[in-house]
Amino acid sequence: MVEFFTNTYLGMFLVIVAQILLVIVPLLVALAFLMYADRKVWAAVMMRRGPNVVGAFGLLQSFADFIKYIVKEVVFPAGADRAVFLLAPMISLVMALIAWAVIPFNEGWVLSDINVAILYVFAISSLEVYGVIMGGWASNSKYPFLGSLRSAAQMISYEVSIGLIIIGVIISTGSMNLSNIVRAQGGDLGLFNWYWLPHFPMLFLFFISALAETNRPPFDLPEAESELVAGYQVEYSSTPFLLFMIGELVAVVLMCALVSLLFFGGWLSPIPGLPDGFLWMVLKMLFVFFIFAMVKAITPRYRYDQLMRLGWKVFLPMSLFWVVFVAFAAKFEWFWGAFARWS
Amino acid sequence: MTIVALAFYLFAICAIVGGLFTVISRNPVHSVLWLILAFLSAAGLFVLLGAEFVAMLLVIVYVGAVMVLFLFVVMMLDVDFSELKAEMAKYMPLALLIGLVFLMQLGIAFGAWESATGAEAARAAPAPDGIENTAALGLLLYDRYFLIFQLAGLILLVAMIGAIVLTLRHRADVKRQDVLAQMYRDPAKAMELRDVKPGQGL
Repeated sequence: MVEFFTNTYLGMFLVIVAQILLVIVPLLVALAFLMYADRKVWAAVMMRRGPNVVGAFGLLQSFADFIKYIVKEVVFPAGADRAVFLLAPMISLVMALIAWAVIPFNEGWVLSDINVAILYVFAISSLEVYGVIMGGWASNSKYPFLGSLRSAAQMISYEVSIGLIIIGVIISTGSMNLSNIVRAQGGDLGLFNWYWLPHFPMLFLFFISALAETNRPPFDLPEAESELVAGYQVEYSSTPFLLFMIGELVAVVLMCALVSLLFFGGWLSPIPGLPDGFLWMVLKMLFVFFIFAMVKAITPRYRYDQLMRLGWKVFLPMSLFWVVFVAFAAKFEWFWGAFARWS
Repeated sequence: MTIVALAFYLFAICAIVGGLFTVISRNPVHSVLWLILAFLSAAGLFVLLGAEFVAMLLVIVYVGAVMVLFLFVVMMLDVDFSELKAEMAKYMPLALLIGLVFLMQLGIAFGAWESATGAEAARAAPAPDGIENTAALGLLLYDRYFLIFQLAGLILLVAMIGAIVLTLRHRADVKRQDVLAQMYRDPAKAMELRDVKPGQGL
């Protein structure tokens, strides 16, 4: 029986499919409750009650929304490019999901432990912009088109600084493998060994760039409802719209996972002595997600030129300087070798 | 057939189909999308060769940045498709001629190709043992070919500065935004709060 799963192609294929489902299914179920949590946090900040009708405390609200979305009618705008119109939300969701292939949740709990994991995540997150651009173009309508143009410029701008911040972490670790990056943050000092301390300013830059990269408020200009109604999503209804929504939220949770892995030590325990494990990873991701939700609630939307200025004139020089600084700090082992963790 | 061979044929077919449809699809935006498929398939082929770093760079640089800008420009074009088709028929003989010349040149080049001794072995093991592919590339670029690498960077920098110099112009008659002035603006000087009594007005 064991040989069937280790030696035959069909067996190995089944094992891989089972592993993928083991990541995707809990993720999507968690997503329903994260959506709920997002709305509850948002409501609490505004002193509203938020979703509270469907199920106990409104816990089933996301599932009710889900059913509502899939039983509605799919509307194609006149003159829309049907193939691209349907392809766009699919790309948006698929790109958000396949990045999870390299995310380690615990020591060895990773679908594909590849050497260039962090580059892979970066590449996939740079592909996510296609869902938005294609959706906006294929709708054959003005507002979606403007939204997708904004999105393209915005995501490219902030990818640059995300890339440079990641390079800093890679220099410190000497590896692009996400598991190695987490292992490099281990040590006797618990949470003071993690990269948030030596890479402190970059934690904030990464977080803010992640907000812009995932089109979250205060950088949700591609879907700014006061100017563009809903940006690239205007013409979408029913399941395609649902796919956009899920894709966007999966991307947000992915960024939470990345922040936890790169700066908060992934599955490592914050207190020396306590066992490391999956639970710490989940707690860290939830914490970052909570911050994401809070930012959505408490910040007003940026103006578009301010957004571009911030990306190119503030974040890019700062992260570029940080790469040079980290390179020197790691090479000459400044600060008791806090930047050189590859030994 | 092994999985690797199967994956190779899958990626190769996708790359060829993508390339073909890039040329023959009528809508330029569709062309760009097919080209993206071709790039992604090429990245898949690189992964099969064991060059995962190059594959990821291909995706990040070409698909993630260059093609986005391409799509950006192509989407903004106001194209008349029937006119475009007529144009295509007009230029077809010339395009075929150029294609034929390319094909012959490639044929001549590969016909006279002789592998150096030891090239076979070098191709079979591109990276030294015990060093992963990314580190091996880093050692080559930043150790052995450091100056050439810097030179390539310098050429790109010059090209970038050239583009900026060509397009940058300061116009005196346009009102420009002063970001610092905006940020340091004092709310107390910008607005005044007045307590308006009901029924009186200001």
